[in-house]
Amino acid sequence: MDWGSIIESLFRGLIGESFIVFALAAIGLNLHFGYTGLLNFGQAVFMAAGAYGLAMMVATIGPAANRNFGWDLSESTLFWLGIFVGVVVFPVVFALIMGIPTLRLRADYLAIVTIAVAEIFRIVVRSPTPSIKKWTNSSDGLTGFSGTFYDMSPFSTQDRYLFNLFTGNQMFLVIVGWGVLAIGATICWLLVRSPWGRVLKAIREDEDAARSLGKNAYSYKMQALILGGVFGAVGGMIRAIGFSVAQPDNFITDVTFFVWVALILGGAGKVLAPIVGASLVYGLLNFSDTFLREGVAAEVIPESIMTGTQVGQVRFMLMGLGLALLAAFRPQGIFGNKEEMALDDR
Amino acid sequence: MLLRSLGEPSVGRATHTPHQRPGRRPTWLTTLLGFVAAFVAILAVNGTAVAQNGDETVGGTMRAKDESGENVFVEGVEFSVVDVDGNEVGTATTDADGVWLVELPGPGVYSVLLDTETLQGFELRNPDKNPLTGVEVQPSTNKNTLFPLGERVLEESNSIRAVQLFVDGIKLGMIIAMCAIGLSLIYGTTGLTNFAHGEMVTFGAMTAYVFHVTWQLDFLGTWMTSLAFGAIMAVLFAGIAGGLFNRFVWKPLRNRGASLISALVVSIGLSIFFRYVFLYQFGGRAGFYRDYRIGQQVEFFGLFTMLRKDIFIVVFSALVLVGIGTALSRTRVGKAMRAVSDNRDLAESSGIDVEQVIRYVWIVGSALAGLGGVLFGLTENINWEMGFRLLLLMFAGVTLGGLGTAYGALLGSIIAGVFIQMSTLVIPGDMKNVGALMALIIILLVRPQGLLGRAERIG
Repeated sequence: MDWGSIIESLFRGLIGESFIVFALAAIGLNLHFGYTGLLNFGQAVFMAAGAYGLAMMVATIGPAANRNFGWDLSESTLFWLGIFVGVVVFPVVFALIMGIPTLRLRADYLAIVTIAVAEIFRIVVRSPTPSIKKWTNSSDGLTGFSGTFYDMSPFSTQDRYLFNLFTGNQMFLVIVGWGVLAIGATICWLLVRSPWGRVLKAIREDEDAARSLGKNAYSYKMQALILGGVFGAVGGMIRAIGFSVAQPDNFITDVTFFVWVALILGGAGKVLAPIVGASLVYGLLNFSDTFLREGVAAEVIPESIMTGTQVGQVRFMLMGLGLALLAAFRPQGIFGNKEEMALDDR
Repeated sequence: MLLRSLGEPSVGRATHTPHQRPGRRPTWLTTLLGFVAAFVAILAVNGTAVAQNGDETVGGTMRAKDESGENVFVEGVEFSVVDVDGNEVGTATTDADGVWLVELPGPGVYSVLLDTETLQGFELRNPDKNPLTGVEVQPSTNKNTLFPLGERVLEESNSIRAVQLFVDGIKLGMIIAMCAIGLSLIYGTTGLTNFAHGEMVTFGAMTAYVFHVTWQLDFLGTWMTSLAFGAIMAVLFAGIAGGLFNRFVWKPLRNRGASLISALVVSIGLSIFFRYVFLYQFGGRAGFYRDYRIGQQVEFFGLFTMLRKDIFIVVFSALVLVGIGTALSRTRVGKAMRAVSDNRDLAESSGIDVEQVIRYVWIVGSALAGLGGVLFGLTENINWEMGFRLLLLMFAGVTLGGLGTAYGALLGSIIAGVFIQMSTLVIPGDMKNVGALMALIIILLVRPQGLLGRAERIG
């Protein structure tokens, strides 16, 4: 077994792209669930919103606008426009669709509707119907939108960086990602200790009490849903730029559950929880993944127990089991405070 | 928080408070150890169960209409599959059921060539789509390809098509209803939105598959016996599994006073876990029951046609659903279930043993979900995520009818099924589930308590 590659993959998980993407999405989910008590099980659709907002602006909507209106928007203009659309416009639209029917209702309705919206988006985007495929390119997804980003990279595409962990382009993405993550975590920290953040917590603890003090709980919940969605969209955009493709099946419902595991492992309702949680989740997953793969390849694990393709499925089983056990036995996660944590006994 | 202030039955409001119950730690430990043991066991039995084929396959079914308009399957059509570099990776010939399958060396993009010389007199509807290029095969999946044959069926008038879709919708709706009754009753009696209910559907379908296809336990010389036996076993095993889940997962959680939200997250975790256990064991391919390809159609009044098996499914589900309805309104246990659903505290103070009712709800609800899985597998195919797909439609149906009400689940699911099928009149068929999910959102806007729910349940 090649322990070098196992250790390498462990470190990639702890600090790499997946960690950044899921930490950002988990910060958003923390605003939803950890601070406001909203059961959002459609964080994947916000991530997809970020990815498709950018990809569609650069690859389909932008060129179509140039053709039809005779505009002459360059690819880099479209890229920055796409970032705006992906981070602001799409998430706001999705948040309104999810929130308007459900935020007045009991929390579990939001859970069902968010999953439903995420599935609707995925099914529509991957539809082969020509009028839709024209914009989203069905299940193959959109490509050719990340060039502007990588053109800005100061790193050589030939070399590898940081103890050979990353190629030049990956290094650039990861450094930008760390920056965005640091800014995001700071914003989240400032927000939740502001008066606005205290209202969110009050709504989480007792919505009726918050309402009776004159706070418009519906409006605050909607703001939290939108803001958390924006964080998710930034994460999804980084995921799409990293893969250089925006594909519907990169945003299946299971992606949302990964975000939940990261958040609950860290401890919902703590600013640092999503970051530590995502790092640990991806460290552990990458470790077990590569370990099993190496084990299968070296025939330490016999073929009759596990084949190469089945290794990928074990990671989801561990994820599901981990989520169930965490929620049952340590709902406050690593950092969480049992008294404060809405997930537990209240 | 939110949940409790609305006076819903709470998982946490059980007979024991966490600190009074001696020896509860061993119970958790048992549960934990049980999970680990089950996990190890699942990994260990792999390879002996149903995974027979390679991981990636491409295949299809060749069917056409003969002179009398009867559906027939075309035997002896030859296919060859070529990878991106132009190397042939496999060939296949359709069997008596028109089915062909080629095992692939791995995921990737392939092209499929049909040998038109072997078409037995039929013609391809789209000759320019042969060879079929750009066939993308994902890891561990079976990619179905389609080579439509013969004359294009004349466009039916919309009204005739609407009748056909309505009938198809009723069938789908009854299957959804059978699966959803348990979901709704579990919600009503314990307050738990059980996301793992879909996996019970898959479990039922796969249990029957093992008896019917893998082991082919036919007696009396017909495949029907092994399917019937498999279905009975599916109901039995699903019921037992539901009872065990209640006993070893949900009851300890209730006794510990876990919140509804943590219970919901536990159910989501279990749902992911079992979904991927099914994928691990079954592979990503689609399985079919052996009679799946029987294509005898029966025409009704020149308005719509049904396959024989579909007639059976509709009649059988109608009988089961009527039986369930009668049991809920006439028997003691059924009445108790509705009473606990309606108002748990009131039921408890009138002397109903709530824990016992919850146990029955879990057993009966899961058994029905298992049966629904077998029927769903008969109409479509059996795959690792069929239950999860159906779960969203169940939510749509249950919400439409009124979460927590038994009859509401019945009514709402049938409406959802009809809606899903009939929506293909206006939207493309591959997006038909979108219609039902949209309807779910709209219902929550207009009448959040559902058709049969009472407004104060929701707040």
